[in-house]
Amino acid sequence: MIPMKQLDFTVRSNDKLNDQNHLLKVVPSDNEQLPEMLPGQFVQILVENAQHTFLRRPISINNIVPERNEIWLLVQTVGEGTQKLCEMAVGGRLNMLVPLGNSFTIPSSRGSYLLVGGGVGTAPLLFLGKKLHERGIACDFLLGGASEQNILQRSDFTAYGTLYCTTEDGSLGEKGYVTHHPVLQHKKYDFIFTCGPKPMMVAVARYAHERGIRCEASLENLMACGFGACLCCVEKTTRGNVCACTEGPVFDINELTWLD
Amino acid sequence: MQLRNPVMTASGTFGYGTEYTDFMDLGRLGGIFVKGTTLEPRQGNDYPRMAETPSGMLNAVGLQNKGVDYFVEHIYPVIKDYDTRMIVNVSGSTVEDYVACTEKLVGLEKIPAIELNISCPNVKEGGMAFGTSCASAAQVTRAVRKVYPGTLIVKLSPNVTDIAEIARSVEAEGADSVSLVNTFLGMAIDAESRRPKLSTVTGGLSGPCIKPIALRMVWQVFHAVNIPVIGMGGICNWEDAIEFILAGATAIQVGTYNFIDPSASVKIVEGIEEYLLRHNIASVTDLVGAMEMG
Repeated sequence: MIPMKQLDFTVRSNDKLNDQNHLLKVVPSDNEQLPEMLPGQFVQILVENAQHTFLRRPISINNIVPERNEIWLLVQTVGEGTQKLCEMAVGGRLNMLVPLGNSFTIPSSRGSYLLVGGGVGTAPLLFLGKKLHERGIACDFLLGGASEQNILQRSDFTAYGTLYCTTEDGSLGEKGYVTHHPVLQHKKYDFIFTCGPKPMMVAVARYAHERGIRCEASLENLMACGFGACLCCVEKTTRGNVCACTEGPVFDINELTWLD
Repeated sequence: MQLRNPVMTASGTFGYGTEYTDFMDLGRLGGIFVKGTTLEPRQGNDYPRMAETPSGMLNAVGLQNKGVDYFVEHIYPVIKDYDTRMIVNVSGSTVEDYVACTEKLVGLEKIPAIELNISCPNVKEGGMAFGTSCASAAQVTRAVRKVYPGTLIVKLSPNVTDIAEIARSVEAEGADSVSLVNTFLGMAIDAESRRPKLSTVTGGLSGPCIKPIALRMVWQVFHAVNIPVIGMGGICNWEDAIEFILAGATAIQVGTYNFIDPSASVKIVEGIEEYLLRHNIASVTDLVGAMEMG
């Protein structure tokens, strides 16, 4: 287990990717070396000066750039808390708990890997794709969204693998949902990783389960603490109710009760 | 029971202490009240169990825990070496549950006290029901007092008309201390979906939003009983803690704010030390109930 830390970070850049999403790149404020972080892990960010925001905001790690000592955080505006994060000025400070949660399984052998994301759920898949790429493992990305502007960071993804897209309005890639993409009929995969809206992940899990493909899903249950103390973010599993923050956020779909 | 300092952490917000060791030195604390423990294992309530509110949160965890036998066999051996007071919060559905659970904790050398939870709002049977009438609060306290020789703390519910009356009834049955308050019964509805935000509809409200009410109740109970009062309810910093002590709390518990700042309790210990130096006060006990009028 990598020890957790409570650290102050400084915003190095804040780029608006579309009306709802911003990419924040942050570095430790006191030049401390970033702790080791794994794809699938997340951070808990304290939001200051937000009257209706009491709890920290859990945000998945979008990318780590060790040579720049930098964490990338893809933030979608959902409410007041995330709105404040998207408005952060360059040079602004963020207090974060890092790194939290378990991680995706990094396969040890070459094979055929598919990473399926929807909406802002694509965020942790970039870091995972990068890690696979570093190990010489090629992967396919299948990303879905409402329309073209919702498929984020496309050039970053294509650096690490082949990118397939679906949009609900047909403005990019195939029209429809990710599970309708023809690549799922043409190619045979050994391992699928998914993160996004629950109906999408359930559909991906069903596809994988029916074909006996190993599959891991990253959940985003509501949570208070993020480190296993409050017991609020529980997911029903074959082992009973477990904390999505410490036992997850990544689960093998066979542990979940989605397909029962 | 003597404490190193008056700052402890509240049951249900601090796990078994283990969850916080990356963030702080547990040895700086006066004590840790561990997660609510029941005779049998409990899965707790269905998700969603939590809703954020302005300056606080609602929870409906429902006493998820692995049961007292698991605690004794697997958790106690780990936490017994922590350099602070470890206190077990005991809950149940019937008087017999409370007694049987307590009996399994008697004789654990490093557990100097238990906190009888007669105030959990999130279980269908028992829990808060025991803490909302003098007769049932007295009944469960009396039954546990008979089997428990250690320090017996009773945790009171604020969901009552007169909390001082409940405090007096458990004092009369031999409670060594009362801790207050547990969470306030509340609810939240999603306006768009028109559905309750908690699977149980209602849940317990905690956080800074409850602090003024909790403080008032601590003050009332302090004037009603002769046993030490442990105060809690929305404490976030040393000033909050000093307020509770001035209102009559001998010690305090930090609860929900541990989720926001996992090292908040240590900062409160340091803040109280600085306050005492600044005001040239020898011991924090000199401040208990020392609110000055006029």
